Amino acid sequence: MIEFKNLHKNFGKLVVLNNLDLSISEGGIFAILGPNGSGKTTLIKCLLGMVIPQKGEITYKDKSVLGKWDYRNDLNYLPQIANFPPNLTVQELIEMVKNLRPKQANEKDLIKLFGLNDSLQKKLGNLSGGTKQKVNIVLTFMFDSNLIILDEPTNGLDPIALINLKELIQKEKEKGKTILITTHIMSFVDEMANEIVFILDGKIYFKGSVDALKEKTNNSNLEHAIANLISKQYA
Amino acid sequence: MLKILKYSFYDLMRSRWSYVYFLFYLILGFVLLFLNNDVNKAVITLMNIIIVLTPLIGTIFGVMYYYNSREFTELLLAQPINRKKIFMGQYIGISISLTLSLVLGLGIPFVLYGLFKSAAIFNFGLLLVVGSFLNFIFVALSYNIALSTENKIKGFGFAILMWLFLAVIYDGAFLISLVMFDEYPLDKFSLIATMFNPIDLSRILILLKLDISALLGYTGAVFRKFFGTNLGMVLSMSILVLWVLIPVIRINLKLRKKDF
Repeated sequence: MIEFKNLHKNFGKLVVLNNLDLSISEGGIFAILGPNGSGKTTLIKCLLGMVIPQKGEITYKDKSVLGKWDYRNDLNYLPQIANFPPNLTVQELIEMVKNLRPKQANEKDLIKLFGLNDSLQKKLGNLSGGTKQKVNIVLTFMFDSNLIILDEPTNGLDPIALINLKELIQKEKEKGKTILITTHIMSFVDEMANEIVFILDGKIYFKGSVDALKEKTNNSNLEHAIANLISKQYA
Repeated sequence: MLKILKYSFYDLMRSRWSYVYFLFYLILGFVLLFLNNDVNKAVITLMNIIIVLTPLIGTIFGVMYYYNSREFTELLLAQPINRKKIFMGQYIGISISLTLSLVLGLGIPFVLYGLFKSAAIFNFGLLLVVGSFLNFIFVALSYNIALSTENKIKGFGFAILMWLFLAVIYDGAFLISLVMFDEYPLDKFSLIATMFNPIDLSRILILLKLDISALLGYTGAVFRKFFGTNLGMVLSMSILVLWVLIPVIRINLKLRKKDF
């Protein structure tokens, strides 16, 4: 469904994506992993059109996405840091995002699920970090799109919200959606992911199932398997 | 774009600073009128304040809004909207809300004082038009600086320097060059040099409308001959429009290659 071909991006002298090739098929949960600064977020932002690559091509459903914007109607994105205009209320923000997309939204259940009913009339500037992340999640999941991209979705969530989030992701997966997740929490990956994409030095170092990774690194524990991959970079 | 504009505008309209800014002009308007007891004199005093203050406030609001809403802009960028529309919506939203603070803050006391019966209405109108132009120009300039500078502190510093340059240093350099070369005919030079600074241009425009150009001597007469005519007025207004358009075009060009 998504193809990255020969993708190259550098910020000044720093090469972040180095002729990267990656193809992601439709359906399932893909965990994008890698050490800090390996290019995970840059890769996602290239797909979203927020970072403009120097070279290469990205296609979504066989259509090029570079310089376009209408394909984004078919994807939902959860950004890493949730920071909203402090003077708007939660309700107004939700209405605004609904207003911006020509799509049916289903926010009521999500608001109930994350217990945000009492916060709807509060200004976003007065919310705690965890509550903001919940609002962020509602904004991401309220639309029905084929592709869902989550950048560090577990940031600041309490255990109940985390369980709800996991259930939500599983439900979307069962509907046959493609979900890309970046995270540093390995138990989350072990539990959720169908496939792992490991990025190192701006290239795809490993792509395959969790079991294949464990086998490759001779490690039954995913956390150690990943640590094993990363330590090769430091060596 | 209208949706983004609407939300940026609402967001700013509810911010404390917009009210502070509005109240400042409101109080200033009342105080000046009751101390001066003369609309014309009040307009001159106001001009001196507006010409320095609106660019400063426009610059600060523009830079602050850009950096403060960066994460939110990222959220918008992931929505199915064209990049240009997001930034143009924000830009126009800030400019309009600042302009509204200016026009309402000064307009209310002047209307209450009986502006419509006074002959000063055109001068006052011109003052508000020029003030609005300065808002649009300096928000656009500061957005340019913010877009080109990743570092918040640096961006803020550059923006303030830009304001300082156009509001103070430019005039100083201009004056020094006039003194240095006073043996040469400088009327054309000073006319052109005025065009390159929106603050100077606005100041001259208002001064000449206020019939105090006699104070400016020979150059004043040249200026009057130029700006006093309809052609001069149209030309200087078009230059103010250019001062808005060129930074706005650069914002759009910059956006094509910008990473977020």
